[in-house]
Amino acid sequence: MSKLKRRIGRWVPGLLLVSPSLVLLGVFVYGFIGWNIKISVTDWKGQLETDNYVGLFWYKQLFADETFHNDARNLLIFTLVFILGSMSVGLLLALLMDKGVRGENILRSIYLFPMGISFIATGIVWRWLLNSDPGEGTTGVNDLLGLVGVHSDWHKSDSQWAIAAIALPAGWALSGYVMALFLAGLRGIPDELREAARVDGATEFRVYWHVVRPMMYPVLMSALVILAHISLKTFDLIYAIAPLDPRTETPAIFMYLTAFRGNFYARGAAIATLLFFAIAVVIVPYIWYSIRKERTAR
Amino acid sequence: MTRIFRNLVLFAFAIFFLMPVYVLLVTAFKSPGEVDVVHMWTLPKSLSFDSFSLVWPKLQNGMVNSLMLAIPASVISSLLGAANGFVLAKWRFPGADVVFPVILFGMFIPYQAVIIPMSGLMTDIGLKGGLDGLILIHIIYGLPITTLIFRNYYIGLSEEVIEAARVDGAGMLRTFAYIALPLGLPAFAVAMIWQFTSAWNDFLFGVIMTRTEFWPVTVALNNVAGAQTVPFNQAMASAFLASIPTLLVYLLLGRFFMRGLMAGALKG
Repeated sequence: MSKLKRRIGRWVPGLLLVSPSLVLLGVFVYGFIGWNIKISVTDWKGQLETDNYVGLFWYKQLFADETFHNDARNLLIFTLVFILGSMSVGLLLALLMDKGVRGENILRSIYLFPMGISFIATGIVWRWLLNSDPGEGTTGVNDLLGLVGVHSDWHKSDSQWAIAAIALPAGWALSGYVMALFLAGLRGIPDELREAARVDGATEFRVYWHVVRPMMYPVLMSALVILAHISLKTFDLIYAIAPLDPRTETPAIFMYLTAFRGNFYARGAAIATLLFFAIAVVIVPYIWYSIRKERTAR
Repeated sequence: MTRIFRNLVLFAFAIFFLMPVYVLLVTAFKSPGEVDVVHMWTLPKSLSFDSFSLVWPKLQNGMVNSLMLAIPASVISSLLGAANGFVLAKWRFPGADVVFPVILFGMFIPYQAVIIPMSGLMTDIGLKGGLDGLILIHIIYGLPITTLIFRNYYIGLSEEVIEAARVDGAGMLRTFAYIALPLGLPAFAVAMIWQFTSAWNDFLFGVIMTRTEFWPVTVALNNVAGAQTVPFNQAMASAFLASIPTLLVYLLLGRFFMRGLMAGALKG
């Protein structure tokens, strides 16, 4: 009896210390997500909250809605270009820096600092760089491209692919982060492993392919998951570059406009719920896997 | 040969990453008469601070709000995160293995999925519109990452230190306050920087949860420089001003920032 009491006495204070955070997160994360789902099946539109049950009405409406199709397509293009671009640039930079270069600290700072800048400031600067007016009004990146005789229209605001241009500032902001993740992964590989392969007569390329590559998969997965969830949520960057432009609109922006500009709260909640599930599908297995791996490592 | 090539590529990327900074600086320091998007890549003929003095009055209030918001939000969130991290790493209770991922999940959710109910609750408890509510929100949504940073840090702490305190008769709170907190200073730096940056850079919470007079700097910035009609130099000058605090934090404490980045990938 007293032994049990002692054991309980040992963990109760810990639980008490954690409980305020648990309660707050319980309400603000899990409670709100549930509440949001509940709102999405009501008829709440307009300033006054109403809660008549309408079932999956808003979801069906969204799936039939041209704007939502357009936004989902934009998000898909943005995500693909952004992830592919940031991953390749990040990986390339990490591989080039792997063996140490002169001025590594300075280079690393240069690649990483965009991550500390708000998406709003990033967007404001890049909006001017991506300006695509032809002729006299040519500015920014097109000005530079013009020096080598090219005028690019792919990021022009009336192009089908305007959304892909947003991946450029997004990649500018986050490639350095991917670089840092890969660099940490590369440096975490014990030198003996590479050395052993070299002693066995492997060329440098084969060392990377057979020894380094398999060990980088966990980092690759982390980077993919992080970029994917950032991409799905991206709101302020696009909002700062091209607000209210259907060609660069994504569900995250559509949700904001629907709920907080149009007062269609139930509809906005439905978009947010879809966004939530899209992210949860990626994140839940990732957390589960990370925690299990850590536990087996211990 | 390969080394030269390697350095060349790295240098080219450095230029690419600095390109927006170059445009921003040369534009912001031009005199308003000299500014012209067609000559956006040319250096200013003379250094002028006119653009800054034009936009500063419009941003000042937002800068103050963001400071008053980001400092308490990062301090309190880090303290709570330290307590959680300490308990989850060194003073475990049954079910701690479940609690940790449940806390962690909050780091990844799209905030769009909580913001309608949040707006409702904050209105009901009278915290919508002002800074207090926004501070509370940043504290809460910062908890997952700060907990993660401290837990990963404290897991590396040797059990003997904790045992020694326990043998001396110290309870949990005393062990936390006198042993774990002082030892956790490096983790504090990481958590504080991470939190300060994300609170300073947040836009979504700020734009929905505050009235005009309590707008954080990102909302003020978007309002000043977001319109297409705003002169180019003013847009650049205000983007620069609004980025100074996080840039300073980053340049002065970059080492810790790096570690925070690693934590964001669930790594210790």
